Amino acid sequence: MRNPQRSDRGTMAAESPLLLSLVEEFVSGLQDSKAKDTATAVKDGQFTVLQLVEALGPSLTSSQPHTRARGVQLLSEVLQDNCGALTEREVELLLAFYENRLKDHYVITPPVLRGLLALTKSRKLPPGSAVSMLRSVFQDVHVQSLMLAERACVYNMLINLMESREDELKGLGADFVFGFVQSMDGERDPRNLLLAFQIARNILLRGYNMGKFTEELFEVTSCYFPIDFSPPPNDPHGITKEELTQALRAVLTGTPKFAKFLLPLIIEKLDSDVQSAKLDSLQTLAASVGQYEHRDLAEFLEGLWSSLRREVFQTSSEKIEAAGLAAVAALTSCLSRSVLNSDSEDSLSSFLGLVLRDCKHHLFEPDLKLVWPSAKLLQAACNASYRAAHSITSAVVPPLVEQYNSRTQCSHRRTLLEVAQRFIQSTASCQSVDHDESLFSAYKDSLCSLVFSALSESNSSLQITAASVLTSLAQQPGLLLDSDIELAVDHLTRLLLTDEDERVSVAVVECAGALAERHPAAFITKLIPTLKKEMLSDRRESSELHSHHAVRQRCLSVLAAVSVQASVVMEGAPILLDVLGSAHADPDRFSVDEVVRACLSLQRIAERVQDGEDTSRCFHDVIVPRLLSLALQAALQNDGSSGRRSPLVEEEVLSAMVPVISTTFSRLQTFAEQTASRAVSLFLDGDVSFLPDNSFPPRVQLLQQQQEESSWRQTQLVCLLMACVCSLPRSVALSQEERLLSELEELSCSCRHPFSYTSAAKCFAGLVNKKPQGPSLDSLIQGVIKRVSSELDRPSSPLRTQAFTLLIWVAKALLLRYHPLFSVLTDKLFTLLDDALLGPMAADSFSLLMSDSADVLNRGCHADVRIMYRQRFFSENSAKLVQGFNAAPQEKKANYLKALSNIVNKLPKQVQVSELPALLSLLLEALTCPDEGVQLSTLSCLQPVLINPPQVLVLQLEALVSRLLALIGSPAMKIRMASIRCVLTLSRFPAHEVLPFRSRVLRALAPPLDNRKRLVRREAVQARAEWFLLGSPGGR
Amino acid sequence: MSEGHQLENANPVIFQRSGDRMVTASEEDEDVHDPIDDREIFLIRSINDPEHPLSLEELNVVELDRQVNDTESTARVEFTPTIPHCSMATLIGLSIKVKLLRSLPDRFKIDVHITPGTHASEEANKQLADKERVAAALENSSLLEVVNQCLS
Repeated sequence: MRNPQRSDRGTMAAESPLLLSLVEEFVSGLQDSKAKDTATAVKDGQFTVLQLVEALGPSLTSSQPHTRARGVQLLSEVLQDNCGALTEREVELLLAFYENRLKDHYVITPPVLRGLLALTKSRKLPPGSAVSMLRSVFQDVHVQSLMLAERACVYNMLINLMESREDELKGLGADFVFGFVQSMDGERDPRNLLLAFQIARNILLRGYNMGKFTEELFEVTSCYFPIDFSPPPNDPHGITKEELTQALRAVLTGTPKFAKFLLPLIIEKLDSDVQSAKLDSLQTLAASVGQYEHRDLAEFLEGLWSSLRREVFQTSSEKIEAAGLAAVAALTSCLSRSVLNSDSEDSLSSFLGLVLRDCKHHLFEPDLKLVWPSAKLLQAACNASYRAAHSITSAVVPPLVEQYNSRTQCSHRRTLLEVAQRFIQSTASCQSVDHDESLFSAYKDSLCSLVFSALSESNSSLQITAASVLTSLAQQPGLLLDSDIELAVDHLTRLLLTDEDERVSVAVVECAGALAERHPAAFITKLIPTLKKEMLSDRRESSELHSHHAVRQRCLSVLAAVSVQASVVMEGAPILLDVLGSAHADPDRFSVDEVVRACLSLQRIAERVQDGEDTSRCFHDVIVPRLLSLALQAALQNDGSSGRRSPLVEEEVLSAMVPVISTTFSRLQTFAEQTASRAVSLFLDGDVSFLPDNSFPPRVQLLQQQQEESSWRQTQLVCLLMACVCSLPRSVALSQEERLLSELEELSCSCRHPFSYTSAAKCFAGLVNKKPQGPSLDSLIQGVIKRVSSELDRPSSPLRTQAFTLLIWVAKALLLRYHPLFSVLTDKLFTLLDDALLGPMAADSFSLLMSDSADVLNRGCHADVRIMYRQRFFSENSAKLVQGFNAAPQEKKANYLKALSNIVNKLPKQVQVSELPALLSLLLEALTCPDEGVQLSTLSCLQPVLINPPQVLVLQLEALVSRLLALIGSPAMKIRMASIRCVLTLSRFPAHEVLPFRSRVLRALAPPLDNRKRLVRREAVQARAEWFLLGSPGGR
Repeated sequence: MSEGHQLENANPVIFQRSGDRMVTASEEDEDVHDPIDDREIFLIRSINDPEHPLSLEELNVVELDRQVNDTESTARVEFTPTIPHCSMATLIGLSIKVKLLRSLPDRFKIDVHITPGTHASEEANKQLADKERVAAALENSSLLEVVNQCLS
């Protein structure tokens, strides 16, 4: 194309040859990149916009529309980058030019719009220009016949102007809304819809005058409701259906003026068969009524209610049911909020009237399906406001009580009771501060008598429900009186002592715990003395020995449950100590199991009690010394003539005491330091002065191994020392730490009793973990490494296991705190994988390294645990492990595989998935390893990865499937079950990947259907059912 | 089963679900042989009703009262439609049969029929007893689709 104006060029060339050549190359040469260059040149001040316009003159006045369009395009693109620098006068001129150009040929419109959009961003926009600009656009442009990008231009102009010139636009009055409605009418692109919805939302929220165009604005937006949009695959714009739905919902629910259009639309869409349309309608309804008043709703209440009722009564999905209930609650709370005029009818009560009319009678047919949907609807309404709750409870609770009394079948009564409980719970949220009287105070007596009569029934599920009703009643502030609580305690005590059903006792214990938290007094005066009598009474002679054990167990757990308030703890905890004391005094009286349970109850109390001076004193001055004293007495005692030894020397019991003590030290810190130093001097110097019942010999040496046969009894007490000193906060300094450490090291390396040397190693490790960084710590660790290595390097040494135990615990202590010397210990550990005797043990020990230990070296006992230590360990050592595996002789390979699966098993899922590609071949290898332990741990680490399979796994599917199917025939049932479970997970892989394996898997799963073990059959049935559904119509 | 039209039995009687079977010590013992028993066949309780979002157990269509004999390899299941004219009876029976075919070893002979006297027509019994007809029904993909939905 030749430029006919070319001859004019000479007159302006003098000003800027660069500018002219840029214009020339862009307009005639059609080189789009020159626009950018021009914009940069303007920005750099090489020439001004004015000069550009002058240089463009010939193009802009060309007789060829395309040349004019090119000219305008260059100007617009330059303005996009430079509109900030324009003066008001320039903006005005440019606007006038652009507005005028809108009337030009249609090919010029797109660049004009782009230029106008650029100008809307200018802060120098002269007053009145926004109005004139929009008038021209609305008048001269038919937006929907423009291309996508130009339509977006118009919307963005509107958005910019709404931000900067709100007042002027409002001056346009309803014309603005009308112009917008016309512009967006028929918009189809989701990107533009998001912009259009944003404008519509602004119109509503910022109070633009819609005049007579309210309905038009509603129509032009609501025609997209409910949004049906599925983004194309690989959509680069990333617009989701959810985004569009939310944007549209914000428009539709933006103003009460839409109510009369929106509500009929929702009623209509609720009839739809499409689940997502229903859900969207319900959610939109719930969102819309937030701004409505009762007037807006009045005429649609009946229609809305019948749709909502249908959705809940005949629901096919829980989501829709929940959305329906939320909508009922929203409607009710909207109606409750409205202020009533004297002449309007009370629409809340008429709505609740509808709800009660359709739901109430279903409540009294407790064996039919609709009882629950009806109860849920009523409760949703109840939840909404105090007023609604008041009128519904007064209509429902009295007849519920009456029905309960007139029914005789237990299952009916239980349903009625459950319904009542839901009502009590559902009102919990609307009991506001200004109504200090509970909604249920009028019915308290009848509900209490209902509960107490149900508790007296023999039907266990009725009792369980009654216990939870009681809990709910007790949670209503100020509802139950002391006399009610006392009666309740009587009932609970009776059930506890007489009822054999385990589920009942669980419910009773839970209920007692909840009640005791609010009403401790009745429990101290009534329940605790009874429990004490029951637990310490001696009924060995009686015939009901077995049931007495069960009663004692229940007493122990209820004692733990009710001891939350300090006042109850002070009464309850000593009883548990008495149990331990009498178990020691008379070994036949309590079984080891019961003693362990007593410790467990003490532990639960220590975990839940509030930290205060009283409780701390109780634990540090009474409970811990008493425990230590009892354990010491048992350790020093010789087996009596009866031949029965005290249960307090059993490893199980001592292990159960450990968490009691360690929880005390880590949670109740007021006297912790003092007690810890007493414990240290007890163990180091035999100082028994702080223990009660002081009849001990003067020099007890607990950390020295004696020659006598029974010295393990004393050395094993080191586990209690560990509980005392390893749970302190790191800030607390320990007295005589150096001496303690060296005695612990000695004991752990030389003792022959496994529990003793392991506990000593753990205690040593716990202290090392908290010891401050520095040369003294380094030399301590070096010393341990030297000692342990010399022991481990002598294959004939009888103390290698001890040395290994200390090695692994110290390694763990250092791993947790990222100590640099850790790598020396890991290397030692890796070399042990090849050791003939310790190899399997070393492989197992990786699981100990990677998992949290319950009694020491965890965050609960204030250990120094860095985040992500597992990942760090893995990333530093996995390569060594793979290397070692490849170099190891065949018979040692299993150790490496086991170590690897122990490590991978404990890694967080995300790390597993990201690391899997590198390790997959090794893990697949591990599945064929004959060692059952390796198979099992590999399966258990594969299974979670299979739930969200990484691509590399899909590529290895053939190998994986055949290995898993082979393991289905394993002789060990656990492996059979785990492999079938993995096969089940495989069925959820992308269907096209696993479909080729379908018939093979189904065939392989047939034999385990006839397996001799029921648990294996159960897994097989489940997996086979899923695989049958795969690729089958109606399945997956 | 579109939402619009009324269900045949909109407010049926609901029964309680039984809990999951407790795992016993002997079940975890490798050396004990656990025979296939009634409770194990009762996995059919979790089949969905074609109309309601409820299981067959909750509608009391099936009960834990059927005869399974592991040594003789037979399983007999009776089911009770919620109403005597239930049009879904055959479909429910077919779902039970398919579930059992997929879950029991090959050696079992499976007999599924309506509890005598609880349904207007006993035609369904004949259809369910006829191997050929059951096989043919499962070739029909729209029927298989409904059955699979009940089973998933």
